[in-house]
Amino acid sequence: MTTAPPAAPASGAARTAARRPALLLLPALAALLVFFGVPLAGIVWRALTDPQPGLANFTWFFTHPANLDALGRTFTTAAWTTLAALALGYPYAYAMTQAGARGRALLTLLVLVPFWTSLMVRTFAWMILMQDSGLINQALGAVGLGPLHLIRTPTGVVVAMVQMLLPFMVLPLYAVMAGVDRRLLSAARSLGARPAAAFLQVYVPLSLPGAAAGALTVFINALGFYVTPALLGSPEDSLLSQEIFTQVNGLLEWGRGGAMGVVLLAMTLGLLSLGALALHLSGNRRRP
Amino acid sequence: MTAAPADTTTAARPPARPDRARLRLLPLWAFCALVGAWLVLPALVVVPLSFTDKASLAFPPTGWSTRWYANFFTDPQWSRSLLDSLTVALAVTATATVLGTAAALGLTRARIGGLPLAQGALLAPVIVPGVVVAIGMYGLFLQLRLTGTFFGFLMAHTVLALPFVVIPVTAALRGFDTRYEQAAAVMGAGRLTAFRTVTLPMIAPGVAAGALFAFVTSFDEVVVSLFVQSPYLRTLPVQMYSSVTRDTDPTIAAAATLIICTTTALVTAAALLMSRRSHAG
Repeated sequence: MTTAPPAAPASGAARTAARRPALLLLPALAALLVFFGVPLAGIVWRALTDPQPGLANFTWFFTHPANLDALGRTFTTAAWTTLAALALGYPYAYAMTQAGARGRALLTLLVLVPFWTSLMVRTFAWMILMQDSGLINQALGAVGLGPLHLIRTPTGVVVAMVQMLLPFMVLPLYAVMAGVDRRLLSAARSLGARPAAAFLQVYVPLSLPGAAAGALTVFINALGFYVTPALLGSPEDSLLSQEIFTQVNGLLEWGRGGAMGVVLLAMTLGLLSLGALALHLSGNRRRP
Repeated sequence: MTAAPADTTTAARPPARPDRARLRLLPLWAFCALVGAWLVLPALVVVPLSFTDKASLAFPPTGWSTRWYANFFTDPQWSRSLLDSLTVALAVTATATVLGTAAALGLTRARIGGLPLAQGALLAPVIVPGVVVAIGMYGLFLQLRLTGTFFGFLMAHTVLALPFVVIPVTAALRGFDTRYEQAAAVMGAGRLTAFRTVTLPMIAPGVAAGALFAFVTSFDEVVVSLFVQSPYLRTLPVQMYSSVTRDTDPTIAAAATLIICTTTALVTAAALLMSRRSHAG
């Protein structure tokens, strides 16, 4: 309130004027309430009441091995996707900080392409490339390798998902890396550290907040991915999102599908809160 | 005699140093080139495939034809889904841009409690997994009889697109000096006139970026659309999804190529527009 540009007199009229812009929030918040809040509340409601009130749907979810397997596969797929995205994204983001203006623009453009290339189009393209007689296996065959089963395997799903989620890793990493003071590296070198040690002990820790933010975003997005695993994966290796789809759309089991949805949502929000907490704690530590 | 070569190496060392530093980064550049190719090239496989002459998705094609494009534009299912996608996306762009810009103004100008909460709510659609939103909306839309309606698609996509408008417009407004608006007011401009003639032109790049994101969000959306569609109204990605799970029809490659061309043209136009604006400013 003290940040209001002209020192506002504490009259009623001024206070109304300070509040009036809040009305501009109303249409968007109303749309969100009706078409986002109500649907989500409906899912929780159905999970707890369909077919009868109680926790039966959650008991069913956590006692059936098939569900727990799907939950486990969802976690491992998200974890591999995150690890691969970090392995590819870290050097890529580092290169962005080392490139000249033109090189950086090119690298940024390349990593942004996924944002405006349709998910459906890219999943379809991967289906073409990964099919057993596809381009990848033709290339492997030409050098005497393969054939490699990619489509309908978890590997194929991860390869495609990393491609789609890489921007979420690279952009926060770059944002943090660009702010790292490189003179600290020179300082470490002048104190006798080898280049590799200086990089690992000075640069990597300073870039960790970016890596953590990127990893969290990729992991959360991977947990809820539907189209790519549904089209590239095998039905036997289905993930939680596919199970939810089947329960609701195929079996009309709204309560069970809803319970799975609540589990997925709870995992997402739980991880986000952990991430926010970690960020808060590390921020406090740095500024004691 | 033996000292001479040693001398030349020490003399040559200082200028050689930047070269060696650049050489050390060579593997890094090669790595980036590979990652860049992996990001961009796979999607382009649909372009040659769309010109195949056979009714199969075998790659590379052995003969060429434009029959799948002819099929796309004559088959009512495909051509109508493109039309539906475009009308929905344009309506979503207009709605989400207006609602999102207004909300961003509220977020940056209002001095009330609870703003972080409102901001969190506005960004929530990015965080919640698509499938969960999809079954929730499906349940609601079944009750309200909104499945397969234009209004249903419009509101579902608008909610998903809102964060992508709010984020860039809020950023643009935080960089905007409100004294320009006060100056306009001093000279007699009403609130609306001041906003239209002073604020809006200055935050235009942010609004344009938001509008573009909103269009692309709607045009590309699959998961929620799969649930709210009906045979009477389905968007292009939904048509592609059901086609790819049902048969091996290269029309889908033609559709994919058309989508790539549309979004590439849009993004290039937006980038050109913005760079011209920033040069003029």
